[in-house]
Amino acid sequence: MSVPRFWRRLKNLYNLIGTQCKKCGEYHYPPRNLCPKCRRSSLIVPYKFKGLGEVQTYTIVHSSTKDYEKHTPYILAIIKLDEGPSLTSQVICDHAQIHIGMKVKSTFRRLGEESEKGMIYYGTKFIPLEG
Amino acid sequence: MRDVAIIGVGCTEFGELWDKSFREIFVEAGIGAIQDAGIQGGKIDALYVGNMSGGRFIEQEHIGALIADYAGLASLHIPSTRVEAACASGGLALRQGIIAVASGYHDIVIAGGAEKMTDVDVETTTDALASAADREWEGVMGATFPGLYAMIARLHMHRYGTTKEQLASVAVKNHHHGTMNPKAQFQNEITIDTVLNSVMVADPLHVFDCSPISDGASAVVLAPAEVAHKYTDTPIYVKASAQAGGTLSLHDRKDITTLDATLAAAKRAYEMAKVTPNDIDFAEVHDCFTIAEICAIEDLGFVKKGEGGKATQDGMTAIGGKIPVNTSGGLKACGHPVGATGVKQAVEITLQLRGEAGKRQVDGAEIGLTHNVGGTGGTAVVHIFGRER
Repeated sequence: MSVPRFWRRLKNLYNLIGTQCKKCGEYHYPPRNLCPKCRRSSLIVPYKFKGLGEVQTYTIVHSSTKDYEKHTPYILAIIKLDEGPSLTSQVICDHAQIHIGMKVKSTFRRLGEESEKGMIYYGTKFIPLEG
Repeated sequence: MRDVAIIGVGCTEFGELWDKSFREIFVEAGIGAIQDAGIQGGKIDALYVGNMSGGRFIEQEHIGALIADYAGLASLHIPSTRVEAACASGGLALRQGIIAVASGYHDIVIAGGAEKMTDVDVETTTDALASAADREWEGVMGATFPGLYAMIARLHMHRYGTTKEQLASVAVKNHHHGTMNPKAQFQNEITIDTVLNSVMVADPLHVFDCSPISDGASAVVLAPAEVAHKYTDTPIYVKASAQAGGTLSLHDRKDITTLDATLAAAKRAYEMAKVTPNDIDFAEVHDCFTIAEICAIEDLGFVKKGEGGKATQDGMTAIGGKIPVNTSGGLKACGHPVGATGVKQAVEITLQLRGEAGKRQVDGAEIGLTHNVGGTGGTAVVHIFGRER
């Protein structure tokens, strides 16, 4: 992904900042400018998620795109945050440990890199809440 | 609205077509369809081309003009439109063609699809395919396309007890069907062990759970149903054309193991055709991964949710079974040139309904269904075709 596209999302990716619709109370991560429930009448404000959640499903990626191949095999997961929304991220733990329903918490990590001299991506990954 | 019929079909071989270019394969499929319909080029009112990523795969946009020009139609100034919805681009192009004829705006329309995926290295192809998902919130987190479907598979196994062997049985069946299709990319039998012993791509999906990278093109000629018999003795009628959207990202899906876009498109299609899933004799569904076919036969209502794996293992969806699925070999064995797939599905249904499917002919085929998906379910297109109007 290009530098400007990544740069625009830094606060969201680094600090797990999404949005909340003050009209219906729904939380969104990734952030949204328009609440899917309230649409034109939505009242969107930024919201920093607590970073706690549960693994809904996962996979171990053995074959990745170029930017992530140094990290393979890695655990890719869909995590349901305590506030409600689900997101796609990685879980850092022993591969034998990962399971559906595992409680996790967010952590700041390197995501990938374009090349030796290219940009390094950082963002939010997850680690087991206990142990 | 007017009823619409398919009066001609054409399809290239699917596979790694090193010696052919994008424009050559599309024209080959288009000429095949026109010859099959027995019409002259001057009769064509419009062209719709499904193509996912000419920009990434062959560094070429403006596909509509390229195709029409290279087909010798530039001097006729025929309107030519490229249609894109990731892997559902072909199904969408077909639907645009049907809408154009049904509305009365055009009479004779070519709907086709083409993709040339092997002119770039595998990493570029993988990355281009990953763009069917949300780049900013899935791709950037390391999500690959097989990775996303692997997460569907993982939850399906956890929730319904679906096994790796049941996933593999989809690939084994589709390879078996592929052996009877001379245009299929893979025409060899495989076993459950072939799948389970193959390289792991994204656990639990092995490389043999995944559709291949392919080149290929396909096309159909559409005409108003009332004049279809002027061109052919065996017009195949479009009984329903439905499209539905869903969330772009898998993580936003209400239920990760259900493609709700498929549910919505299928519901609309069944209503339009005034049929139920029980009336469908055979189907071409979107098996980009083995788990995708299992979800498809569930979401289309052929089996109950959670029973797709067992039904496949029991032979229900093989030729000779209750409802043969992917007689062409599907995306898995026939190949998956993404823009062409949705149209190729209609070509297969047409051949089956005409009784021209050779060794893989389904007995008593009267009503067939196609199901084409974009991404992990951001778009779904369902068509129903019949021998009777």
